[in-house]
Amino acid sequence: MRKFLMSTAAVAALFAAPMPMAHADESVEVLHWWTSGGEAAALDVLKKNLEAQGVTWKDMPVAGGGGEAAMTALRARVTAGDPPTAVQALGFDITDWANQGVVGDLGEVADKEGWDKVVPAALQNFAKHDGKWIAAPVNVHSTNWVWINKKALDAAGGKAPESWDELIVVLDKMKANGISPLGHGGQAWQDATIFDAVVLSLGTDFYKQSMIDLDPAALGSDKMVEAFDRMAKLKTYVDKDFSGRDWNLASAMVIEGKAGMQMMGDWAKGEFLKAGQKPGSDFVCIRFPGTQGAVTFNSDMFMMFKVGDDKKKAQLQMAADIEDPAFQSSFNVVKGSVPARTDVPDTAFDDCGKKGIKDLAEASAAGKVFGSMAHGYAAPAAVKNALYDVVTRHFNGEIDSKAAAAALVEAVAAAKG
Amino acid sequence: MADLTTTAPRAVTNPRATMQDLLPKLVLAPSFAVILIFVYGFIIFTAFLSFSGSKLLPDFSTWVGFGNYVRLFNHPNWITALKNLAIFSVLYIVVCSAIGLALAIFLDQKIRGEGFLRPIYLYPMALSFIVTGVAWKWFLDPGIGLEHVMQSWGWESFSFRWIKDGKMAIYTIVIAAVWQSSGFVMAMFLAGLRGVDNEIIKAAQIDGASTLTIYRRIIIPLMRPVFLSAFVVLAHLAIKSYDLVVAMTDGGPGTATWTPALFMQKFTFGRNEMGMGAASAIIMMMMIFTIIVPYLYSELGGKKK
Repeated sequence: MRKFLMSTAAVAALFAAPMPMAHADESVEVLHWWTSGGEAAALDVLKKNLEAQGVTWKDMPVAGGGGEAAMTALRARVTAGDPPTAVQALGFDITDWANQGVVGDLGEVADKEGWDKVVPAALQNFAKHDGKWIAAPVNVHSTNWVWINKKALDAAGGKAPESWDELIVVLDKMKANGISPLGHGGQAWQDATIFDAVVLSLGTDFYKQSMIDLDPAALGSDKMVEAFDRMAKLKTYVDKDFSGRDWNLASAMVIEGKAGMQMMGDWAKGEFLKAGQKPGSDFVCIRFPGTQGAVTFNSDMFMMFKVGDDKKKAQLQMAADIEDPAFQSSFNVVKGSVPARTDVPDTAFDDCGKKGIKDLAEASAAGKVFGSMAHGYAAPAAVKNALYDVVTRHFNGEIDSKAAAAALVEAVAAAKG
Repeated sequence: MADLTTTAPRAVTNPRATMQDLLPKLVLAPSFAVILIFVYGFIIFTAFLSFSGSKLLPDFSTWVGFGNYVRLFNHPNWITALKNLAIFSVLYIVVCSAIGLALAIFLDQKIRGEGFLRPIYLYPMALSFIVTGVAWKWFLDPGIGLEHVMQSWGWESFSFRWIKDGKMAIYTIVIAAVWQSSGFVMAMFLAGLRGVDNEIIKAAQIDGASTLTIYRRIIIPLMRPVFLSAFVVLAHLAIKSYDLVVAMTDGGPGTATWTPALFMQKFTFGRNEMGMGAASAIIMMMMIFTIIVPYLYSELGGKKK
């Protein structure tokens, strides 16, 4: 028996041994979940840049929206002691990995190119760990956007709402006009995306206390009950088949004029542009009423893992290429987001993109850039998902607003424990 | 494995017999070792994990005792998952067995075209639960599926929107699962029916028993082992149910259709709560063992003598 086990181990070792040697040349292995059309095209730009510099790109795509499958694949790779060079990652996932002590150090290239000065401070909280650059941010998505069908808005008075009350007036008119006012998909993260904006509309301080500091007093406050009441109000404007719908189908409803507006991050813009719509004339982009001046963001970053010296050079090259202003511009024009550095000219962007860049700069100067709870930039995954549970249960009418606020306090406390 | 050495002396007297003795053990050894490590080894590993404070990656430096189990049973989603499991497994097992038995009895009436009908009923089993889930999700979706079609055919008041209703959604999963599995249960029962001794049935007929009585008093009681097998197969499928739920509702609307397996996956890999995920996996394993162990005992225990 023992002999058998030993020989099996020997055979397994034989198979395993040649693998690390196979890619000793200059290459980067990149784990990501950008597999859909626009995203893949955007990433292709980076790949071509690197290949022009003699670095081979080993693609390791793991499809699946929020990257959950990719993170599972990553776990296996890291546990096996063979992490990829770079991994697309979000928010607290980066911090969690950094705490495991498996990430690399980009200090060399970051110092040389002065990232400290050009990357917004809110992003640095995640891209740096213990003062070391560990990830290269690709973009900044802001999530407190509303995308409105221009025709539907004109029929409902033509003025884009700037406050909660104005929003309700417009939604009511759209309802009276016989369309479903709010295009929405009933998935937990989409409910939470709206919830982010609703909480932010009740005050930036309130957002910070409740979503970022996770202060139990704020989470259970009357204001939180009001936030849930607003969610319940918004629920009355979605059509009855909303449950389970993907976000891009909800965008399609707005594009086709079946729905009036969608509250979604700026990736939704890609859907409008793909359908040949023009910002300003076919659709209107505004900040969620009452949140102009503040931004809730999420940012795609490439987290760099500890690699052998033979791969270090290629890794730094890739990081430098990501932060290259020309790449930042061309990538983000395609992706719908805005550049992760503040010194990129906005000339190539459309009106919504220009507004996004301006808003971010303003909010950044005023210290009103906050991590999005719904997208993992306000709290770790356990807390985020605990909030998802409460928000989605409330949105689906399982609990009322008072109970939801109370459940939120409890769920967050349990998830932190 | 221990008798590998004790057989050695016999090799001198009769190498061929030794070879015959040794060969089955040699052939079995690899699979035995693999199962030992990859099934039982990892069960022990998971049990250790469930007592550790593991979050993102396995972490054996902090021990929390039964902390993960306490948090598990205080978590509303786990309670929802257990309730759903109760509803799902009871309905799934009962309805599948009833439909399977009925189909088997009807097919057993020596009807024409049995060879044609049998595969039709059995066919859903050839599909993966993901395919079944996606198909039923579309079929039951009020916007594009059954309700929409009925209304466009003129039955305006027709309404069937269980899949969008948190209270009823778990029943739509039962419907899809029953559709998938009842053909398989039918095949099991059909084999059982064919195994019943014709002489007994003839004797009963001579005694004047009606067909109904023959089924009720003779055939069905004789098929007790088949019922047991069907129960075990269906019960463990129910506890493991994951892919069907993911494809149909992904736990929604809200958290209405969470099942224990979904909970395990989401907590371990999505929420970086590996300790709690492991605890839920251990609870699921205990549920399966309470079903499988008595079954194996009753099936294998008697024959060994």
